Amino acid sequence: MPSYTLSINGADRTVDAPEDMPLLWVLRDLLQLTGTKYGCGIAQCRACTVHIDGRPSFSCITPVSVVGTAQVVTIEGLDDDLKVPLVQAWVDEDVPQCGYCQPGQIMAAAALLAQNSAPTDEDIDVAMNPNLCRCGTYVRIRRAIHRAATEGC
Amino acid sequence: MKRFELHESVIEAARARLGGAKAPLLRRVFLKLSGASGLTLGLGCSNDDSTEGEGGGEGMAGGTGDGTGSSGSNGAETQGGGPEGMGEGMGDETAGDRPSCDPYEPESTPAAQVEVTAFVRIGLDDIVTIYGIKSEMGQGVLTSLPMMIAEELEVDWANVRSQHPLASDPRYSSNGLNQNTVGSSSVSSMYTPMRQLGAAAREMLIAAAAQTWGVAANECRAELGEVIHDGSGQRARYGALAELAATMPAPQNPTLKPVSEYRIIGTPRSQLGARAKADGTAKYTIDITVPDMLVGLVARPPAIGGSVVAFDDTAARAVPGVQDVVEISSGVVVLADNFWAAAKGRAALAVQWNAGPNANLNTPDMIAMMTAMFDSGQEQLNGAPGNPDQVFTNAPADRRLEVQYQLPYLAHAPLEPLNAIAHVRNGEVEVWAGTQVPGNAITTAAQAAGVQAANVILHQPLLGGGFGRRATSDYVAAAVEASAASGRPVKLMYTREDDMQAANYRPMNCNRLRGSVTADGQLESWRHDVVVQAIFGAGFAIEGAATSFPYDIPNRSVTWADPPIDVPVFTWRSVGSSHNGFVVESFIDELADLANRDPLEFRLELLATSNDPVAARHAAALQNVADRSGWTTTPPTGRARGIASHQTFGSIVAQVAEVSVEDGTVRVHKVWVAVDCGLVVNPRGVEAQVESSIVFGLSAALYGEITFENGAPVQTNFNTYPLLRMQETPEIETALIGSGEPITGMGEPAVPPIAPAVCNAIFALTGQRIRTLPIRIG
Repeated sequence: MPSYTLSINGADRTVDAPEDMPLLWVLRDLLQLTGTKYGCGIAQCRACTVHIDGRPSFSCITPVSVVGTAQVVTIEGLDDDLKVPLVQAWVDEDVPQCGYCQPGQIMAAAALLAQNSAPTDEDIDVAMNPNLCRCGTYVRIRRAIHRAATEGC
Repeated sequence: MKRFELHESVIEAARARLGGAKAPLLRRVFLKLSGASGLTLGLGCSNDDSTEGEGGGEGMAGGTGDGTGSSGSNGAETQGGGPEGMGEGMGDETAGDRPSCDPYEPESTPAAQVEVTAFVRIGLDDIVTIYGIKSEMGQGVLTSLPMMIAEELEVDWANVRSQHPLASDPRYSSNGLNQNTVGSSSVSSMYTPMRQLGAAAREMLIAAAAQTWGVAANECRAELGEVIHDGSGQRARYGALAELAATMPAPQNPTLKPVSEYRIIGTPRSQLGARAKADGTAKYTIDITVPDMLVGLVARPPAIGGSVVAFDDTAARAVPGVQDVVEISSGVVVLADNFWAAAKGRAALAVQWNAGPNANLNTPDMIAMMTAMFDSGQEQLNGAPGNPDQVFTNAPADRRLEVQYQLPYLAHAPLEPLNAIAHVRNGEVEVWAGTQVPGNAITTAAQAAGVQAANVILHQPLLGGGFGRRATSDYVAAAVEASAASGRPVKLMYTREDDMQAANYRPMNCNRLRGSVTADGQLESWRHDVVVQAIFGAGFAIEGAATSFPYDIPNRSVTWADPPIDVPVFTWRSVGSSHNGFVVESFIDELADLANRDPLEFRLELLATSNDPVAARHAAALQNVADRSGWTTTPPTGRARGIASHQTFGSIVAQVAEVSVEDGTVRVHKVWVAVDCGLVVNPRGVEAQVESSIVFGLSAALYGEITFENGAPVQTNFNTYPLLRMQETPEIETALIGSGEPITGMGEPAVPPIAPAVCNAIFALTGQRIRTLPIRIG
């Protein structure tokens, strides 16, 4: 079985994995980083969002063999400059219901705010549309992103 | 473990707070336990510290409920000043490479705590952990139930945490307590018991202080986590009293405060546990790993009712990481070191299937069969009024209407796909499962393992959505059977495709409606023939059609027929009202149009003469949304409004939807909502559940459909079973118009009105009447 040395949250992590194993399962099952969630496996729900070289990415369809030396950041390793205000905004707006999709939502929002510190509703809708929330917290997510942009990121 | 040890300095500080009084020895202090033990506490959600002033104006009071799928409401809030030393909540974990949660060592206990009662633990740091025995699946029940206890316990809400208890601990399912989290019943059914439990713990704390001080208990009072003796000026914090309080007898009839003195119930509270859910540290069953565990995926028959004839696992076992292949009642399980190996192993498995009795089952055939049953149903109204058939027949053609409505099977699709962990060993079985019905999960596990129910240990992590799907235990059975067959702990997972295809669906239903109006525009006859598979008999099949139907119609009949179809069905958020609410509120609108009446005015008139005790509440809710939406004013260009009201599980919800249609695409711009759920526990929770329910209902109305070809569901994942996304989500404005009626739940009741409100708007805008869901324009 091939061995891969990946950069995860700023640290080198070596895993033995088949080349087609999605990064999602490398994170969850081999590295026990369970903040990244499995929801669909086919890039439809984005519960699996991680940052690969800063871009929000579907870890569920990213084979470990293509990650290479790219910098992978998961919810566990998200920079506090983004994570702290986003999580606080999520709490303040009372966003989570079941909560399962929310780490993926936070990762998508962080990628947006890293590029655009004052997004409009339209910017948020475009950036966040790939993320499903079965509990329907979308309106609050939008508000929380505005709040995080205003108060901290 | 050291983080959970008691620090002597903390104990000394607590003693000091007792003013030098003799401090009780610590007894029953909860330290983290290691090892497989029945004392292991559920991995709950815990705490947080959001801020938000108490009572800060969010609407009026809120009710809450919980429901089949989501329920109640609640939230928590903290009034400033974070607790010192609160320590080890989930949210405090730092990033990085923390190993996955060890279920034997729950993380959410903030510090060493004393179990004052089975429901209340108090730490020396004054942090109060409250066990909520209903399942938290997003509806906020781990906030609303703690609010009830905290109200009577007299604690600072900022110090309250909550979690699930060990679900199999009989203390949480005895003495009349019921863990079932279904039917939007949590808040209503627990309102009195939870307050009594809080009051009992409060009186025990008071008794402890009174004994310590040598004063009468009735001279002491409790306030914000302290017992106070006004006569002597002595005060003691709960944290310092907890140990002694735990030894006090539990009062049988503790005094409850009047509603007028509530300072927590009825105020908007943010959800406890929100921080851990946002930062990824909250644990769902799918995130848990137990030692020596394998991950299993089930290969199931291609058609419903099929079975295994034989299988060849040679190729599957050749996949690196695959450890075993076992047959269970629902199929063949590939067990591997991780999900991906199991998935590849399952793909490599060669199974010969017996197709079973449904290999030719197709949706069009089911519809044909069901629509042929309209005349074979049984009357569901006791003393059905009048003679609707004769009145209908006698009505002239331009004053009567016969139409059919049809709604599809629907999947629940919780975002955490179904999964459970089971470890069968030495005459017992230990299970981790997000379940809405712990009792059913326990009996299912016991049967599957061949042990007594008393030998089942059930841990209840957070549920990544439920919506009624986690009210059945097929995934628990599969996990237990796989563990029993392999001798290893097994995390049995459903892929998204499994979750959608091995489902218990909201049943498809066909409806024939006949109605007639008089020459002066009065609704004179109504007949509704419902054909839908039973879920527990007639009750759910006819709710909202025969029952919970508020309109006064002189000639009326409702029949129900149960088609002989093998598709597994079960409760789906709002259950029978999810289809009957749509049919009734759409057909009322049709008859209003037939009578050339305004849809609101037509409804109000039918409610005004009704002797249904909730008719006036419907009218108030309808009038509220009409007023707020500008019902009598002209909508913006290109838009129209539709209205609907429905009662589900006791709560009444009226909605007006403002809609446009462009190029065949329906856009819902805004929804005004009026909620009457009686006394509201957590207004913020109710509002969140309304928003959730509308998105849930719109997903179904616009997209939701499970169809069958050759006995197999056609839709498999979110590409073929789409859910509403952010761009499609309307603005939602909710008013809580509490009527002072008894408390009823809100996890589900805002689902049924949205589809008819939207479709009635589509009719107003385009003249197209939508009688089949999902909506198709043109």
